[in-house]
Amino acid sequence: MKKLIIALAATTAMLGGFAGSASAQEKKKICFIYVGSKTDGGWTQAHDIGRQALQKALDDKIETPFLESVPEGPDAERAIERMARSGCALIYTTSFGFMDATVKVAAKFPDVKFEHATGFKAAENLATYNARFYEGRYIQGQIAAKMSKKGLAGYIASFPIPEVVMGINAFELGAKSVNPEFKLKVVWANTWFDPGKEADAAKALIDQGVDILTQHTDTTAPMQVAAERGIPAFGQASDMIAAGPKTQLTAIVDTWGAYYIKRTQAVLDGSWKSEQIWDGLKDGILTMAPYTNMPDDVKAMAEETEAKIKSGELHPFTGPINKQDGSAWLAAGEKPEDKVLLGMNFYVEGVDDKLPK
Amino acid sequence: MFEAILLTVITASTPLVIAALGELVSERSGVLNLGVEGMMIMGAVAAFATAQLTGSPYLGILGGIIGGGLFSLLFGFLTLTLVANQVATGLALTILGLGLSGQIGEAFVGMPGVRLQPIVIPLLSDIPFFGRVLFSQDLIFYMSVALVFGISWFLFKSRTGLKMRAIGDNHGSAHALGINVVRTRYLAVLFGGACAGLAGAQLSLVYTPQWVENMSAGRGWIALALVVFASWRPLRVLAGGYLFGAVGIGQLHAQLLAQSGGIAIPSQLLSALPYVATIVVLIIISHNRRTTLINTPASLGKPFVPDR
Repeated sequence: MKKLIIALAATTAMLGGFAGSASAQEKKKICFIYVGSKTDGGWTQAHDIGRQALQKALDDKIETPFLESVPEGPDAERAIERMARSGCALIYTTSFGFMDATVKVAAKFPDVKFEHATGFKAAENLATYNARFYEGRYIQGQIAAKMSKKGLAGYIASFPIPEVVMGINAFELGAKSVNPEFKLKVVWANTWFDPGKEADAAKALIDQGVDILTQHTDTTAPMQVAAERGIPAFGQASDMIAAGPKTQLTAIVDTWGAYYIKRTQAVLDGSWKSEQIWDGLKDGILTMAPYTNMPDDVKAMAEETEAKIKSGELHPFTGPINKQDGSAWLAAGEKPEDKVLLGMNFYVEGVDDKLPK
Repeated sequence: MFEAILLTVITASTPLVIAALGELVSERSGVLNLGVEGMMIMGAVAAFATAQLTGSPYLGILGGIIGGGLFSLLFGFLTLTLVANQVATGLALTILGLGLSGQIGEAFVGMPGVRLQPIVIPLLSDIPFFGRVLFSQDLIFYMSVALVFGISWFLFKSRTGLKMRAIGDNHGSAHALGINVVRTRYLAVLFGGACAGLAGAQLSLVYTPQWVENMSAGRGWIALALVVFASWRPLRVLAGGYLFGAVGIGQLHAQLLAQSGGIAIPSQLLSALPYVATIVVLIIISHNRRTTLINTPASLGKPFVPDR
């Protein structure tokens, strides 16, 4: 319903666009498309916190309408196009699945700027932005290897896209740097957002014997299950400590605010250019939630790894790394190019899953 | 491990069964309410809010039932009193419910929930295996079982149930016989809403004790499909709900077992299994046209205006 109201408001604004063009010039519209609800406690909430930071920073110059719970697929294109017609100067589409829809709409509206999160297709008026989440997942993997008694972690995955596969690999590599025998079980929930299904997946993993849990889905349901079953877990996208005060070891926290302010400012100045931005821990686009519920030595190790990644001393994907089947991928000391990571469609050695094609 | 899986299946199936039973009663009286998803999510938020504010999950259950029930009365008023189109009104109810619950629930986002604790039944729970699985459950599960048999009895053994089915089959004749069609339908719709609300309460008090917007995630629609799947018979709703739940949980374990065994099965295919299974059973059931016709309420979805 909220979606509907906003949609109606957007349509009304579009109809009134001719009459009110003078007032429209005063405040630029910077628009957001969300895949989930803005209070999901995870991915979308992190984007909305970024939006609020943006609104606060440039309050007198911009307004920031948003559409939430926009499904990936044909609906997305309609939603983005509606936003574009309503006079947005810049539109952030904040889910991987919006990629093709964003590309299509961007081609139709050359004067509107678009920024698509986590995708890889760019255009003159379409930039992409992403965070190097794998850096955080590498740290999580190391912690998991220290904390797991069985050397077996469970990973709740959403869809077999490069972003997710990269995360699984980084986690496994981090874990193996501590315990070379470490194994990872993966369950595909085939959804970003379904608390029930995510909880089911968590239970299935725990019933199959994993004693530490991490997730690449959007709600706190898996954290809650981990808390009930008394095993540690990692949060995703937002700090999920409230769902598991004695459970969360750390969480990858997305902090989009500074990025949104910088890029929106560029639109206001007229200096915006289409770029493919992929920032990491050192840029503050992702941060690690406080390291909790772990012994001091594990915490010290995690902090040291975090510092090394920030300084550039450590790249999680540094050879020698073998692919899952044992064949060589990276030679000793070799690091992959970003575009290889962004298109990652294979597992590294140690992941106990066959990658869905 | 089998026991643990079974417990997960029960948790996943219970809301489907309860919501579908409520819709079944509503449809048996001839009212097609597509707003199950909306009533369910209203129940979920009402239950969560009540439990948070009072600290009691049992009052939470009551809150869920009242929340879903009150919301269904809106549907009743529009379709029974104002004789609006049932399909359109039902869809609107779902959209409204999803939005309204998000608004109401905003204050409760991120709060740790109040979990409904299991009630261990003495003696029965000592039975090996079954005792732990069936008799150490929470109140909502026991209610779901009671509902299955209660509704079965009501529909096919009680006089009121017979009258209600008569209305669903031919509201004109029932009216001519002096049965109050609109009042009975109001009660049936209210019951359907209360059940959907109870199912919602199960989501936010048992399944995932927290409030997240849209947390029903399409379960209301599955419940709707289950009613047709079960050809409007309560025991089949129970079977269908558990089949759907079991295949859904089973596929997660199948993924993991396939991994350990080194077999490559596309997870997308496994995720689709509950739906495939449902369709297959539906085809088998509808194979016998006669039974389907007998069970389908003939006045389903048709507007009724009493002649005065």
